[in-house]
Amino acid sequence: MMTSHPLIRMLDRGATLFLVLLAAFAIAIPVLNLLVPASSSLHVSTYLVALLGKYICYGLLALSIDLIWGYVGILSLGHGAFFALGGYAMGMYLMRQIGTRGVYADPILPDFMVFLNWKELPFFWYGFQHFGYAMFMVLFVPGALAFVFGWFAFRSRVTGVYLSIITQAMTYALLLGFFRNNFGFGGNNGLTDFKDILGFNVQAEATRNALLVISCIALAICFLICRAIVTSKFGKVLVAIRDAEARTRFMGYRVESYKLFVFTVSACMAGVAGALYVPQVGIINPSEFAPGNSIEAVIWVAVGGRGTLIGAVLGAFVVNYAKTFFTTGLLAPYWLFVLGGLFIGTTLFLPRGIVGTWTHWRAGVKEKSEAARSAAAEDGMLPTAGAPATQPSAAE
Amino acid sequence: MTTVEYNAETTSALLYLDGISVSFDGFKALNELSFVIEPGEMRAIIGPNGAGKTTMMDVITGKTRPDTGDVFFEQGKYDLSTLDETEIATLGIGRKFQKPTVFEMHTVEDNLQLALKNDRSVKATLFWQSSAEQEARIDQVLETVRLKHLRSRVAGSLSHGQKQWLEIAMLLAQDPKLLLVDEPVAGMTDVETMQTAELLREINKTKTVVVVEHDMAFVRELGVKVTCLHEGSVLAEGSIDQVSTNDRVVEVYLGR
Repeated sequence: MMTSHPLIRMLDRGATLFLVLLAAFAIAIPVLNLLVPASSSLHVSTYLVALLGKYICYGLLALSIDLIWGYVGILSLGHGAFFALGGYAMGMYLMRQIGTRGVYADPILPDFMVFLNWKELPFFWYGFQHFGYAMFMVLFVPGALAFVFGWFAFRSRVTGVYLSIITQAMTYALLLGFFRNNFGFGGNNGLTDFKDILGFNVQAEATRNALLVISCIALAICFLICRAIVTSKFGKVLVAIRDAEARTRFMGYRVESYKLFVFTVSACMAGVAGALYVPQVGIINPSEFAPGNSIEAVIWVAVGGRGTLIGAVLGAFVVNYAKTFFTTGLLAPYWLFVLGGLFIGTTLFLPRGIVGTWTHWRAGVKEKSEAARSAAAEDGMLPTAGAPATQPSAAE
Repeated sequence: MTTVEYNAETTSALLYLDGISVSFDGFKALNELSFVIEPGEMRAIIGPNGAGKTTMMDVITGKTRPDTGDVFFEQGKYDLSTLDETEIATLGIGRKFQKPTVFEMHTVEDNLQLALKNDRSVKATLFWQSSAEQEARIDQVLETVRLKHLRSRVAGSLSHGQKQWLEIAMLLAQDPKLLLVDEPVAGMTDVETMQTAELLREINKTKTVVVVEHDMAFVRELGVKVTCLHEGSVLAEGSIDQVSTNDRVVEVYLGR
């Protein structure tokens, strides 16, 4: 209902539970890693901390996709591009922090530039030694690309599968570009060998834990932003566009502005996810632009349940856990079959995804018990004021 | 938005169509279609399938651009052929589709909330707060279409007839100057049809209405001036009795 206070609307039971669990996670993992001795069975290894931190970043990417796919029906198959661009912006900062500790010990030029015989830093690398500027670019570059891309796509009313295809083409074009050495981003090898971030060693245990906590905080903030958007009247317009775009337009809403706004916000969130991902995995290279990555992220959302936000994050966790499980050891050759099977299985048997199915089932139970109660009230000849008229009738 | 000078004899019309032609791949959907709607009028438009009724609606609402001809709104003030759907809706032309299109996932109340005449910019909806005045307006509209008891129901769970009424209610909430209503009683029971006729007459007390309909009993019940379209132009115009006894109309549409 729209009448309640915005904060109450934003923080319904599911959202509150999600934030509480996320906070518990962000506290428990570092405690179990840093304070519990390695001999204890409760100890969480540093490897696992980095892995979980990576999952959180994937969760944030999934959240950004759910915002546009679940609520406006924009199926972007190129969201990995925004993730990777955010990652590259962070990577450029980390490269410039290496300074003289690189193999060639050039104080300004990253190793790959020295290797390519470049004499000076390309202009677009200027400023990336400043953390604040790099963080601005983490938001700005994906946001600007999404804005320009969306401006043309939404104004020309490209929708549905056509939009999906051009988003795919976009990420593929970037993939090809970033592969080239003369593009200035390390080509094939990308950016790696990072030393420290804001003066802290990126490999250190404490830094890894801090990055996990920061990723959780970023996820929580973005989750709240998404909740604020989807529970506002703006969010209702988004759903209206998803379900009946022409109707919404004839009602006087400028559909392209709505899409453009939310697409840009979503791209910025994906950029943040990429920026947090890079220091935790220690590398960013053009393979992050691969169309397959973007499609995989869409599968996370489908599995978790689109249009639920929480489901997107859950889906990212579940699928990536399965991926980690299936890509190590004996089952390794079968991962792509499992992924494909998961997508087909979800589409056929769980079209609402995990969270969507759960809430749908809960709503069904609630409605039944309410119907039973109102029927009981009528049987017991206890007419409450206006009750039969205002409640959904049991017949339907 | 373009403001045009227009000659004196047409300045009284709310909607003015002159010589509109639209063709799709050589097929002339509209052929030199001309008619005017006066402020406060209710007009019924009838005609066989393919007569161009829906294309005419598309031209008025900006979905389709006419190849030739003029469409003017509000005493010749606005040239609709230069505006897009959103701008035309903002000017005050509301459209009900042939197939009822309500926002199925939203409640009846939210459907109306979205339709209410308000600032439709991104910023305004992001920071929007409901007010008692708005709630009262929703109540009033629901009262008019007799759906007050279904206020918190999800629109997708309404019956076909109720959806048609909800869509009319959404038009009312937009507070347009002109309502274009495409086949409002298709698929309705006889009782619902008569109730809808009554509802439209009620609405017509304050608004100008154009109704496209096939159901002759319904058109008769409305008791308004009728325009019969055929092959993209006006075949006959007048009272229902005049039109339904016109030889050409009988031949191409009503049958003997």
